[in-house]
Amino acid sequence: MTTTLHRKDQSLALPIEPDPGKRKLSTAKAMQEAISQRMARDESVFVMGEDVGPYGGIFSSTTGLIDRFGPERVLDTPISETAFIGLGIGAAVEGMRPIVELMFADFFGVCMDQIYNHMAKIHYESGGNVRVPMVLMMAAGGGYSDGAQHSQCLWGTFAHLPGMKVVVPSNPYDAKGLMTAAIDSDDPVVFVFHKGVMGLGWMSKNDRSIGAVPEAEYIVPIGKARVAREGTDVTIVTLSLSVHHSLDVAEKLASEGISVEVIDLRSLVPLDREAIVRSVSKTGRLVVVDEDYQSFGLSGEVIAVVAEHDPSLLKRVSRVCVPDVPIPYAHALEYAVLPTAARIEAAVRNVVAT
Amino acid sequence: MTPSNAKSLTDDGRRDLLSTMVLIRTYEEAIRLAYYADKKPAFDIGAGLVPGEMHLAAGQEPVAAGICAHLTTDDAVTATHRPHHLAIAHGVALRPMTAEIFGRETGLGHGRGGHMHLFDPSTHFSCSGIIAEGLPPALGQAFAFQRQGNNRVAVAVTGEGAANQGGFHESLNLAALWNLPVVIVVEDNDWGISVPRAQSTSIASNADRAAAYGIPGVRVEDNSVEGVYAAAGEAVARARSGGGPTLIEVHTLRLWGHFEGDAEGYRSDLESVPERDPIPIYRDQLLKNAALTDAQYQQMQASAVEQVNDAIDYATSSPTPDPLGHLSYVFSEGANA
Repeated sequence: MTTTLHRKDQSLALPIEPDPGKRKLSTAKAMQEAISQRMARDESVFVMGEDVGPYGGIFSSTTGLIDRFGPERVLDTPISETAFIGLGIGAAVEGMRPIVELMFADFFGVCMDQIYNHMAKIHYESGGNVRVPMVLMMAAGGGYSDGAQHSQCLWGTFAHLPGMKVVVPSNPYDAKGLMTAAIDSDDPVVFVFHKGVMGLGWMSKNDRSIGAVPEAEYIVPIGKARVAREGTDVTIVTLSLSVHHSLDVAEKLASEGISVEVIDLRSLVPLDREAIVRSVSKTGRLVVVDEDYQSFGLSGEVIAVVAEHDPSLLKRVSRVCVPDVPIPYAHALEYAVLPTAARIEAAVRNVVAT
Repeated sequence: MTPSNAKSLTDDGRRDLLSTMVLIRTYEEAIRLAYYADKKPAFDIGAGLVPGEMHLAAGQEPVAAGICAHLTTDDAVTATHRPHHLAIAHGVALRPMTAEIFGRETGLGHGRGGHMHLFDPSTHFSCSGIIAEGLPPALGQAFAFQRQGNNRVAVAVTGEGAANQGGFHESLNLAALWNLPVVIVVEDNDWGISVPRAQSTSIASNADRAAAYGIPGVRVEDNSVEGVYAAAGEAVARARSGGGPTLIEVHTLRLWGHFEGDAEGYRSDLESVPERDPIPIYRDQLLKNAALTDAQYQQMQASAVEQVNDAIDYATSSPTPDPLGHLSYVFSEGANA
């Protein structure tokens, strides 16, 4: 039953980052569309996870898929993440293309062995003889008082461990193109979507969680950052929901004559080091904004990229991250640790002051 | 279809089982010899021709021979940190397997995997060094076979210690729930490294745990290769015909240490170990029943030595990997991030 189209041929046939056009979708709908179009084209693609069937994914990543493709290809699983993520790995090894949802990134603790010791290592351990073409998608992020076990980003943890590509879209256009690229990738891809960029009706959302998305399939290449806004005085390197807070800050400061460049990384692995260096070479000032924990993570890595390239580029540098504390429950406490626009603005003002 | 019970075993079939067992033992003895070759006088685990931890499967040959007799190389097998017997019985080519154990460029994983990480896509063989964690991927292979409608099966082998891991129980439930063509085999060698089974496991037979998931469970006693053959025959036939998973536990024997270099000071049953060696027991049984001649046995041994020597020669004469290649194979495409 499996359609065995060669992956590279498929991807090559698709346009890369085409004009977005005028049709608008939420990020959730853009993801659903990418999966749906890929499933229609390739019978080896299937979706599996908790509540991905009639419920449509707790954060709407799979809405409607079961109606179109049926329960044979959109499978609700028991609450057994080790078993069903491992099942995805074995199916991928035998030529299928599973899209497996881990409901919250926070839940990796019950199944990390399958993720980092199996999904991520089999290709290397086999000397390239066994491929694991699998997408592991998961919701991340806080801002809605879900407490310390349901609000974390954790993408830096996956990125730290070799063998997984780690993709973190900030908007509908990128979400569709990156999901298509992830499904087509012959390597395992961790696809982390922040709940706050999905455009959900039951959670406060930023204006850019609904945006223009081409109807036809296309690719956003994994590993290529995007200049979300050009500027000359200071670079903000960021990703996911924080891109939008950063853009809001850039907009506000422009009226005061402060020119902010915003780089949306779009993926941690591969990390677009050239894009980071290129921008900081121009501005000399760097603010890294990351909703993951501050220490030992992405923000330090980004600064190290610049420092290793040429430390004299950096006139000033600052980080806006979640300080090293569990995400608090009470709204006022939670918003004290999240990288809010107010914190980003203060950091930018600080680095451009001298 | 392969005969599904021991009663239907022919003498040819019996000799095949013994022959597989002899090949495995000959192989493990040769690896043991190579392993210690450059580790004297002082034992240094990271030194020598074959460095690292080495878990050999001497004594557990009946499990591998009895199960794999029912499989073809289109079927999948996942093994544990102690994988050689299953790899050999399943038909993994000895040359690239041995080269991998010796850390050579010609190995199954170009020297990236090692003895606990043998992957052979041509026989759908793999292993995991993490207890119980080879089971979920085997379910996925079975899932793919089920979708492809080709009557292939997956066999997931694990140790009795794994039956106390969450992944074991998650896998049994999911395999039963989705009626996957998988056989889950527990090798009960009495010891979880140094902890005796009675100190780790609340029940006498892990096969009883099958009842909790509504699937058949069988325990094979006495490390009997014909007992394994019979149980596996039924289980594999059931899986192939859409009847779903089976749990088999085999009471086997860890003839040597948990790993090489293990002094086994904790082991209370050491005295009785030699007399429980399954190969002389089965050989003598076949000789007594006139299913085997001395000449045939000698021929088996000679053939095994020849194959094993060839594999060892191939490995030792193969190049070691270029250190500059250490970044290769993290990803299949593009630059390594």
